Amino acid sequence: MTAENAHTRTSTITSGTTLAIEASGLAKSFGTTRAVDGVDFTIEAGTVHGLLGPNGAGKTTVVRLLATLLRPDAGRAAIMGHDIIRDPAAVRRRISLTGQFASVDEDLTGAENLTMFGQLLDLPKSAAKVRARELLDEFQLTEAGDNRVRTYSGGMRRRLDLAASLIGRPDVVFLDEPTTGLDPGKREELWQMIRSIARSGGTVLLTTQYMEEADALADQITVINHGTVIARGTPPELKRIVGGQIVVVRPKDTARISEAASIVQAVLGYEPDAASTEVLTAPVDGDADFARIVARLASAGIEVVELSLRLPSLDEVFYTLTGRQTDNDENQGAAA
Amino acid sequence: MTDMAVMSQTTSASSQPRRWGVFRHSLVLARRNLIKTRRNPGLVGDALMLPIIFLLLFVYLFGGAVAGSTTEYLQYLFPGILVMSTLIAGLLSTGLNINIDIKKGVFDRFRSMPIDRSAPLIGSVLGDTVRYVVAVVTVFAVGYAMGFRVQTDFPSVLAASALSVTLGFCLGWLTVLIGVTVNEENVVSTVGFLGIFPLAFGTDMVAPKETLPGWLQAWVEVNPVTHAVDATRGLLLGGPVAESVIVTLLWSAGFLLVFGTLALRAYRHRA
Repeated sequence: MTAENAHTRTSTITSGTTLAIEASGLAKSFGTTRAVDGVDFTIEAGTVHGLLGPNGAGKTTVVRLLATLLRPDAGRAAIMGHDIIRDPAAVRRRISLTGQFASVDEDLTGAENLTMFGQLLDLPKSAAKVRARELLDEFQLTEAGDNRVRTYSGGMRRRLDLAASLIGRPDVVFLDEPTTGLDPGKREELWQMIRSIARSGGTVLLTTQYMEEADALADQITVINHGTVIARGTPPELKRIVGGQIVVVRPKDTARISEAASIVQAVLGYEPDAASTEVLTAPVDGDADFARIVARLASAGIEVVELSLRLPSLDEVFYTLTGRQTDNDENQGAAA
Repeated sequence: MTDMAVMSQTTSASSQPRRWGVFRHSLVLARRNLIKTRRNPGLVGDALMLPIIFLLLFVYLFGGAVAGSTTEYLQYLFPGILVMSTLIAGLLSTGLNINIDIKKGVFDRFRSMPIDRSAPLIGSVLGDTVRYVVAVVTVFAVGYAMGFRVQTDFPSVLAASALSVTLGFCLGWLTVLIGVTVNEENVVSTVGFLGIFPLAFGTDMVAPKETLPGWLQAWVEVNPVTHAVDATRGLLLGGPVAESVIVTLLWSAGFLLVFGTLALRAYRHRA
């Protein structure tokens, strides 16, 4: 049984064409709000896929549709070949879902939580206990295993949550904003654990608001906004959309800003964004353009208080992709 | 950190659905509820406070005036307090717990698992039955300490307890339904709490029906809890019980059927 299953998994991965998730034309409305409005994507087995978007973009709704918690109004989707509408029971046997809020019971210990989920997945009690211990060790919760979850830190809860997702060895793991609210150190720790799920053959679909997180984890990213896909690709491909880096020019004499703007436009071939009357920003492709801008500004005698090159923030990705600003300012300069 | 080799080694835990899943899963989830109850004894205690306070209050403050002696009044009041304690256990527990589960992520996790969608609800309700047992035992203990004496036999005591537990359990599905359908935790507890007053006090529990004003008498006659109080009184003190027992059971079955079905349906379809 053991060898057979391991073999099945291996062949699935090596064939390279197996799709873990296929979605086409998925749509879901709540009242008059179109939360998801025709979303298509495919995810290959054994990869990490990032669903990136601002708050309210429809990420969570997509995950809830795929995890059979909601029925789509239109469109179809299949998980490991099983249709989410026609055969939700088969889908549920192959997935696990970790929601935005820790879905473990605070009054139970870590071990009790995991054992309970194991029993719900039809493991005999003794096997469920063994599996719980394995996962507690794997997620560095060995010592905390017999303490009530109530006493856990935020990072420990997320780890336990992730461990609970893996009890049934699901083919597809859905993680809805797995690191929201964690401090940077803890986030890094959780990222490593998510990566190792994919390394051992699982497929991960994670939603995130952080460009940085998608960049760090995802093989492929689908960017959604207002319920529709606005871009997709690998992290480097997406960064190219916004020109990779952003040049920032802040002239000392604000009266000369339009002069500076025409210099930038002459170098890049397109108009910079004038976010205010004091500063210009524009996506650039490489250091060469930046050097040319520096040289032309100097020869025109325009003094600057700021002249810098930085990586695009999530806001800028969205600005470029959608042509409008998001409400989300917390990610300024977060992209790495 | 090493790769999670544990992911791919052994067989998928749930590749073959086993039979009787809904029963086993409900029992696993009932056990979860028992653990939670055991670790939060305060919640059970809260539900016991009210009937015991009313018992002490009515017997020692009004007993002498109403019935001539506190001992005699205790005999009259006690059956009603017993029914009240199981009503409170029913109305103030399961619905609230389920509402809290839904708001936390536990509910989503259950619903994305290959288990019957009614299992968490059934498990929760089963796990809460311990509250009824605690309520009945405690109320009897306090009543006995105060001087209440059963005039019949032990089987009648069991029957009286079983009857009031049945009514509390079946009526409790009303708050389960509310707990599943509304988002506000407060609404669930308020409805449960306020429901107790017309249901428990709108009976002949505190005083004979004939002494009440006309409009209240009309309510007492239609209130299903009145029958349960009469039946319990008959079973504990002697007297005819057949009719009131049957009427109580019919009402209970009705509550279970209507509220239980609606609650299960709402729970399965809740987004």
